[in-house]
Amino acid sequence: MADPATTSLAPAPTGAGALVSRRRKRRGYSVLTRQDKLMLALMVGVPLALDLALVWGPTAASVLLSFTNWSGIGAVEQRNIVGLKNYQTLLTGYSLFWPALQHNLLWLAFFVCIATPLGMLLAVLLDREIRGSRIYQSIFFLPVVLSLAVVGFLWELQYAPNEGFINSILVMAHRKGPLIDWLGDPRINLYAILVAASWRHVGYIMILYLAGLKSVDISLREAAKVDGATERQIFFQVVLPVMAPINVIIIVVTAIESLRAFDIAYIINRGKNGLELLSTLITNNSISEASLVGFGSAIAVILLVISLGPIILYLSRVNSELA
Amino acid sequence: MGIPILGRELPLDFDMSRRQLLQLAGYTSVAAFMAACASGNGGSTTTSTTGGTVTIGSNESDAGPRKGMEAVSAAFTKANGGTTVKLNTVDHGTFQDQISSYLQGTPEDNFTWFSGHRMRFFAAQGLASPIDDVWDKVKGNFTGAFAESVKGDDGHFYGIPRDYYPWAVFYRKSVFAARGYKIPTTWDDLKSLSAQMQKDGLIPIAMGDKDGWPAQGTFDIINLRLNGYTFHVELCTGKQKWTDPRVANVFKKWAEIVPYYSPGLAGQTWQQAADQVVRKQAGMYVLGLFVSDQFKAAGSADLDDLDFFPYPDMGTSFDAEKAVDAPIDIWMMTKKSPTLSKDQGQAKAWLEFWAKGTTQLTEFQYAPGLIPTASDADTSTFSPLQKKAAEIIKNAKRITQFFDRDSRPDFAGPNGMQSFLLTFLSKPTGDIAALQGTMQKFWDSLPPEK
Repeated sequence: MADPATTSLAPAPTGAGALVSRRRKRRGYSVLTRQDKLMLALMVGVPLALDLALVWGPTAASVLLSFTNWSGIGAVEQRNIVGLKNYQTLLTGYSLFWPALQHNLLWLAFFVCIATPLGMLLAVLLDREIRGSRIYQSIFFLPVVLSLAVVGFLWELQYAPNEGFINSILVMAHRKGPLIDWLGDPRINLYAILVAASWRHVGYIMILYLAGLKSVDISLREAAKVDGATERQIFFQVVLPVMAPINVIIIVVTAIESLRAFDIAYIINRGKNGLELLSTLITNNSISEASLVGFGSAIAVILLVISLGPIILYLSRVNSELA
Repeated sequence: MGIPILGRELPLDFDMSRRQLLQLAGYTSVAAFMAACASGNGGSTTTSTTGGTVTIGSNESDAGPRKGMEAVSAAFTKANGGTTVKLNTVDHGTFQDQISSYLQGTPEDNFTWFSGHRMRFFAAQGLASPIDDVWDKVKGNFTGAFAESVKGDDGHFYGIPRDYYPWAVFYRKSVFAARGYKIPTTWDDLKSLSAQMQKDGLIPIAMGDKDGWPAQGTFDIINLRLNGYTFHVELCTGKQKWTDPRVANVFKKWAEIVPYYSPGLAGQTWQQAADQVVRKQAGMYVLGLFVSDQFKAAGSADLDDLDFFPYPDMGTSFDAEKAVDAPIDIWMMTKKSPTLSKDQGQAKAWLEFWAKGTTQLTEFQYAPGLIPTASDADTSTFSPLQKKAAEIIKNAKRITQFFDRDSRPDFAGPNGMQSFLLTFLSKPTGDIAALQGTMQKFWDSLPPEK
């Protein structure tokens, strides 16, 4: 390491080289020149500054605002500071918080247990080069191109109670009994929009997983086949372990999609009457005419704490792989 | 080559940027100071009122009213020496949701808004300009009730009433005539008529509460009839408790007619519920006069067939108040519009222009659900429906705005009253006391209003 010959990467004038090596000796041994360090500082510093300003700055502001009852108008004053009152209200007095949290968890469970496996299954099936594979891929992927707001609008038309497609079909099929209010009945409307959200999520997972499957070395499968493995064994014991990095991404994507679930519920009825989610509570409290910015921030902080779970899990996983 | 230069020059760069930053900060504070001076003198500077431009933020996003707004803009340009009107129309609901950040950001000069608590709130926050000088010029054209509705907490005037509309019970004349139904004037009449309609295979009372606010109209009117205007207003502003037994009575009464509502009411919009009446599937509908826009879209024969009656009496001493929800839409002037110092004259001319009956009638041609507020509006052009609406208001001894205009927005919104009423409607015979407790708890959790 100390040998100047190995560290100077470019042919430099000997005088300058000697100078550099002397300086380096004084500071302890380093492979980096002053310019290198500056470059590094810039390359790390600029993104870091942006990250601090655009992500962690607002985050810290949210945390601080969560201790106030600021209305979003004018400056935050001494009398706006209310300490932990927002959290206290949230956890004990606010009738929508626990349902919203429950709905987010249900969303996560539905995605993890149904939508994501379905997307993976589609990917595995389509990976087998069946006839019309491209067409199926396009069909399943199409919803991903649409924004969730559009997806919400489309499904709203399907689910409308009196003139919607689904209930019209049921009437044509001579269904008896009370009308099913897909979007208005708080016992079923969350599942109704989960189907709509999954319609899109499945395609997303499918395309991610398909890309992963394409990268699995074909000779691995062939070798397993030669060894007499069944299709099932090949998938679970050869392909799946090879796909470990993709699997982590799929899990993280699923968790993130569940925690940031917002658009469909908001489009349908602004997240009330059974469709409460943490995200819609944040919006309805802090961005709407209500202007309860402080209270909305407290909910946002709770969502942040929950989100840190999967993020830390993911990062520790990635770091341990790097180590 | 690049790297050494960067290395040498960079410290200097940083230094420069720090200096620049200080300069920049200096400029900004000077600019802020100048802006403060400008807005302080705004009223007295000699800005011209004709020509130039005026910018308008409008929430009239429905097809009819929007066309009317464009027609008025054209008329204003003609009348005001060619003033260019820059109309920015935003979806009604979105406009409402973003009003707070809109008014604090770079809003237009004038904007559409609502009277009552919602106007006073933004006026008190210093986000609207008082327009006493304009009001002084036009006040002769408005009744005392309208004047009251645009007065801020500080006694200054902040709005020009633009239109209003009553809430009532709407029905199709042909449906009532064909089946020999009589207009119900008492609560019992309403219930027996509903039962009859149900027997006849109609949905007795259409309801579409997906958006959460339509049901608030029924809460208002039952509370007004049972408990009176004073209690209602005090309840809306937190001077009475939601746990009051009188509130329980409202829900108890209301529960008697909920079984007559449209099935799937929480999943359909007010427009879809209106279509049930248009298609003669439903008999009655409690909504604002703006429901006539839906009938107008269906055809002029449908519009002619539409009629309404005031909400039935409930046998209390408060029946005599003949109270009615009649929200008033107004024009206001923003505070933070970047163009306002330049456009001040034109912006005030716009407000003045809207205080004329002729202007309001231009809008009204396209939006038959909105009644002009100006006293000099020529009522001979009114349809029988509109004449009747104006009549109901005239007879009312007490006028309220509407729940979400009379109460604080955070309580009235989707996390509050909208949710509470949907909960009630899904289980009208459920635990009302528990619901009342939740409502009061929510009210108590809200921060004090400034």
